[in-house]
Amino acid sequence: MAKLASALVSRLVIIIPYAWLLFFFLIPFFIVFRISLSQTAVAMPPYMPVFDLAGGLSGIMEKLGEFSLDNYVWLTEDVLYFNAYVSSVVIAAISTFLTLLIGYPIAYGMAKAPRSLRPTLLMMVILPFWTSFLIRVYAWIAILKPEGLLNQFLSAVGLIDQPLIILNTNAAIYIGIVYSYLPFMVLPIYSALEKMDHSLTEAAQDLGCTPAAAFWRVTFPLSLPGVVAGCLLVFIPAVGEFVIPDLLGGSETLMIGKTLWSEFNSNRDWPVSSAVAIILLMILVIPIVYFQNIQAKADDEGR
Amino acid sequence: MSKLIVATLATAVLAGSTMLASAQERVVNVYNWSDYIDDSILADFTKETGIKVVYDVFDSNEILETKLLAGGSGYDVVVPTAYFLQRQIAAGVFQKLDKSKLPNISNMWDMVMERTAQYDPGNEYAVDYMWGTTGIGYNVEKMKEILGTDEKPNWDVIFDPEIAAKFKDCGIHLLDSPTDIMPSALAYLGLNPDSHDQADLEKAADLLMKVRPNIRKFHSSEYINALANGDICLAVGFSGDVFQARDRAAEAKAGVTVDYSIPEQGAQMWFDMLAIPADAPHVAEAHEFINYMMKPEVIAKASNYVFYANGNKASQQFLDKEVLEDTAIYPSDAVMQKLFTTTPFEAKEQRVLTRLWTKIVTGQ
Repeated sequence: MAKLASALVSRLVIIIPYAWLLFFFLIPFFIVFRISLSQTAVAMPPYMPVFDLAGGLSGIMEKLGEFSLDNYVWLTEDVLYFNAYVSSVVIAAISTFLTLLIGYPIAYGMAKAPRSLRPTLLMMVILPFWTSFLIRVYAWIAILKPEGLLNQFLSAVGLIDQPLIILNTNAAIYIGIVYSYLPFMVLPIYSALEKMDHSLTEAAQDLGCTPAAAFWRVTFPLSLPGVVAGCLLVFIPAVGEFVIPDLLGGSETLMIGKTLWSEFNSNRDWPVSSAVAIILLMILVIPIVYFQNIQAKADDEGR
Repeated sequence: MSKLIVATLATAVLAGSTMLASAQERVVNVYNWSDYIDDSILADFTKETGIKVVYDVFDSNEILETKLLAGGSGYDVVVPTAYFLQRQIAAGVFQKLDKSKLPNISNMWDMVMERTAQYDPGNEYAVDYMWGTTGIGYNVEKMKEILGTDEKPNWDVIFDPEIAAKFKDCGIHLLDSPTDIMPSALAYLGLNPDSHDQADLEKAADLLMKVRPNIRKFHSSEYINALANGDICLAVGFSGDVFQARDRAAEAKAGVTVDYSIPEQGAQMWFDMLAIPADAPHVAEAHEFINYMMKPEVIAKASNYVFYANGNKASQQFLDKEVLEDTAIYPSDAVMQKLFTTTPFEAKEQRVLTRLWTKIVTGQ
């Protein structure tokens, strides 16, 4: 009886994440996908066809015929969309790399810190989240602008005589993304490093590894799951980022988030913007599934 | 036990009666532009009618339109710009106003009503709240320093590449909105500012590409702060926004003076309209609110506060002199002749326009 109950409980526990995925990922995905197959119209909502359940099954079947892939064809006809995807992926990849470069030493330092100090350090990484994201991005405007804090400081110490133009350039976007997403990189790497058995590096050094070699051959490979998780957590939201490029970037920075915004709001073209969103999702989902497959295989071989 | 039951019942009855009271409480949900009203007007309205105002704000027509097109916004009174109102009417977003409930409509200004009727024939769906122009906000001292003249600038400072280049280092912002900038460029070129013809639009786009290197940023709200702080010298923006920058600069006393110019080659005139969504939950209260806003002394109070002209002729006797006599707010008849209105683009034309705009802004 107890066995049966525990089996039931474990089933329920599995159902919850699946139900989450169904309601907050799959159903919204299909709604967006359905809109992407429609055409714009001057109506409420501004696209055709709209399903009316009153029409019954035959009514729905009839309208299915009105769907088309025209919007996806449209995306291939104008090079704008391709360029926007590419530039978003490039900006996100560079930002992710920079975040890793800064985040890894922080996580490493935290994991090597005395045990009593770690909760405080962890707290300091999380603390910025207590202020609104938007306010923190606005604060960067005050820091980076031509007569902002950074330029005032640099000219006061005599490093520059002309203010550096950072605001409204791609450099400002990288600074904004690295700053905003740093905790997402630090936390998974920290948790991977913290769990690591310290005697392994000692063993490597006993066997003749220099400290650097021990790091690259033992510590880094063992922290790889944390690195991959951190990179995905930074890369994925950075590709679709809209707020940071809008506030810190210049007008000439082309990113898919902005393209989606103008399709949706300026052109009132919900179907094309849905198609842009679906393609964006594909660009993100395929590498993730690929990575997970590799990791699952590696895990199997490890056993 | 019975005491407990009595207590529970009593609470239930009490709760029921308060729910009843709140159901009877009259409410109107208003969705207006940010910084666009004197708050005491809302308090006065509640005092006079007993209707509670739930006031919410937006900062772009696109945000408002997206909410309206999705439906079920829950708002009773919204304030789209007439240009957007027209296609929203076509999409079935609004209900016709019940004019019998709006006796104060007799106070309205026929000059404005005639122009808004281009967007809403017969003014059946909306009445004007405020109106203004799209012109040039500028830093007075820098203008004098660079051009050596006290004259108010016209479109040459933006669209003549040689003159604009002189302001490059000082900073120029343009609105990130093709429907505001392209008509101004067409007016500068002497073409029909309301042209939807692709060839005309491409001429305007070519002109903008030539001045593009002198533009620091395309953004629809940052220029208010940037002008006030002296970060930029020139901005193409909305009249009221520039007046806000002017006031902030004056308050800061940092030696920056901002002023507004309606360019002599012609400027776009726009109208923000009070309208009631088709699915508004409180239609009667919405009419009472709109009628109240058409009282001459009420709308005059709003204009005195926000420095925008309103569409209410009878209100002009209640306006402050500095508002009524400011030709940047209430232009002279001669300038009024130069102001133009524009009509919305069809979906296909809009796509051409947006694409040209993306090319101008990003260089792609």
